[in-house]
Amino acid sequence: MSGRPAPLWLTAGVVPLVNVVVAFLAAGLVIALIGENPLEALQIMLRGALGSQYGLGYTLYYTTSFIFTGLAVAVAFHAGHFNIGGEGQALMGGLGAALVALTLPFLPWPILLPLCVLGAALAGAAWVLIPAYLQAYRGSHIVITTIMFNFLAATLLVYLLVGPMKMAGSMAPETAKFVPGATLPLMNQMAGWFGLTLTRTPLNLSFVFAIAAAIMVWVLIWRTRLGYAIRTVGANPDAAVYAGISPARITVIALLISGALAGLMATNEILGVQGRLINEFTAGAGFVGIAVALMGRGHPFGIVLAALLFGVLYQGGAELAFDKPKITREMIIVIQGFVILFAGALEMMFADRITALYQRFAGRAVSA
Amino acid sequence: MSEAFQIILLAVDSAIRLSVPLLFACLAGLYSERAGVVDIGLEGKMLIGAFAAGATASLVPNPWMGLLAAVFASVLFALVHGFASITQRGNQIVAGVAINVLASGLTAILGNAWFNQGGRTPQLPSGARFNEIVLPFAESARAIPVFGTIYAEVISGHSVLVYGALALVPLTWFILYRTRWGLRLRAVGENPAAVDTAGLSVTALRYSAVIMAGILCGFGGAYLAIAQSAGFITDMTAGKGFIALAALIFAKWRPVPALGACFLFGLLDAVALRIQGVSFPGIGQVPVQAIQALPYVLTVVLLAGFIGKATPPKAVGVPYLKDRS
Repeated sequence: MSGRPAPLWLTAGVVPLVNVVVAFLAAGLVIALIGENPLEALQIMLRGALGSQYGLGYTLYYTTSFIFTGLAVAVAFHAGHFNIGGEGQALMGGLGAALVALTLPFLPWPILLPLCVLGAALAGAAWVLIPAYLQAYRGSHIVITTIMFNFLAATLLVYLLVGPMKMAGSMAPETAKFVPGATLPLMNQMAGWFGLTLTRTPLNLSFVFAIAAAIMVWVLIWRTRLGYAIRTVGANPDAAVYAGISPARITVIALLISGALAGLMATNEILGVQGRLINEFTAGAGFVGIAVALMGRGHPFGIVLAALLFGVLYQGGAELAFDKPKITREMIIVIQGFVILFAGALEMMFADRITALYQRFAGRAVSA
Repeated sequence: MSEAFQIILLAVDSAIRLSVPLLFACLAGLYSERAGVVDIGLEGKMLIGAFAAGATASLVPNPWMGLLAAVFASVLFALVHGFASITQRGNQIVAGVAINVLASGLTAILGNAWFNQGGRTPQLPSGARFNEIVLPFAESARAIPVFGTIYAEVISGHSVLVYGALALVPLTWFILYRTRWGLRLRAVGENPAAVDTAGLSVTALRYSAVIMAGILCGFGGAYLAIAQSAGFITDMTAGKGFIALAALIFAKWRPVPALGACFLFGLLDAVALRIQGVSFPGIGQVPVQAIQALPYVLTVVLLAGFIGKATPPKAVGVPYLKDRS
């Protein structure tokens, strides 16, 4: 090997960018395949997602959920584990929030609301406890157990929503409405408190929580003793033992944090928008989290950017499906699949070639 | 003939029908994972196979062409999975997730754009499907008590794919344990370095296993779209690929127990369909969800190592690097 090692801007900037661009080119090919113009589609998407206060509100509302699920996947990644159960943990987060809101409606809101948020986080963490314990102490593969727990969460929620928790007299599988003190204010309401007017969108206070969570995850992973232990276990569990770190204990702790973050996704949808527990409210956000974490390379800053990109895709995709009925909303799932493929499974495909190219040019610059 | 016997026969009959797609996917996973490649993408490969089968059979009203298309599409996806996890040495689980997500999105969007029926493919006429085969003497055998009824009700009257799936079990056993390729396949999943040292190509062996998984997932998808149903429906695999994965673990990566595990999970599914709204003496109504959850609960309990231990192939999930010291 000749030349200098590749700098950070190349490995953490250019390489992931190339991967994402390739994913979008592949998605554009699919649009061309069904006889639509990919560039026109891109234009409609961007205008729909960013061109108005209304569009931007929806974009950030989707972004909120994806920041939570992306952070959840990333924290587990840092400990060397793949938590594929974000979907189930988020569903249980909704259940946790709903249980608090429906059993303690008499509490004043400054107590009730934090308890609801806490309920969401704790329930999400609780749902990963068994898979985490089994991974750490019995070696059962976390990927398989969390997949199983996703299905279990979905079945449990259906059972509860058509049975014990169903609102009397309603046909739909949903609980009764929460008291107003158990719901988060919408962003346009909060703007109103300061005398500003914003278009009404589902964007709510949980967006602020999501950004705060991203900052806290950054502090946790790179600025605390626990974060150091998590990264050590993720990099080399054997070395961690020599450093006096228990990989089993750190595995459980990291996965509990991951589950809690996934559970907090419910604050956006259940406490922020629905104000009651409904079935299948996660709508695949847990799986988007995988793409977001891969694209953001596990760094909270990258995750917020990637979540924003997926927020744009979700909102823009809705507008696109409205304008071009041939390009249904599933187009977002296709893009998501290509992102997971190129930024995840094939992440090194272009890396070597890009690095070689850089070294050729960098070498020439030095010799000149 | 007593009524209870009749009910049991019907339950077993529908359990067979429900376990066939699981069996195809489970055996697919068996080849792949025995060769050291984790396959989370069974679901996606079956789904794209089902779509290809439904779409092709609606254009060319011949089930065999549908099957061929299903195998082709599924193998194509398997090769993507193989390229990522064998050639590029990427994360095999991430590759599998990508396959699943891509299949779910592509089938919906292409189905909607090509057929304009909200993601479905057109309803197939009987000639474009794999129809039920009545085995010889099935009707006259009914006169014989017990065995004749079992023959007519349970054994006869399935599509050719059902008999094919059942035949695959001993065939897979033979391939895996009695052929040279099978031995090498198992070796490459346990100790690829040893296989490499013996002068065999780890890459070629793993690719052949992944392609085999693609072929079998194609069969499973075709069964769903053009044998069990009369066309493709959005997300028609509905988690069957994951149940098959659970069955594979349950069977501890062995072909004959795989048949048992798939039949058990198929039976649970059949029972869940049947007990809806039925009240049992002394127990009352059993929630359908409790039965539906059983395969997942059983798999987690098994993985926890409390009832026997499920030990996966040693090298599963690890990309092979020649120069690893």
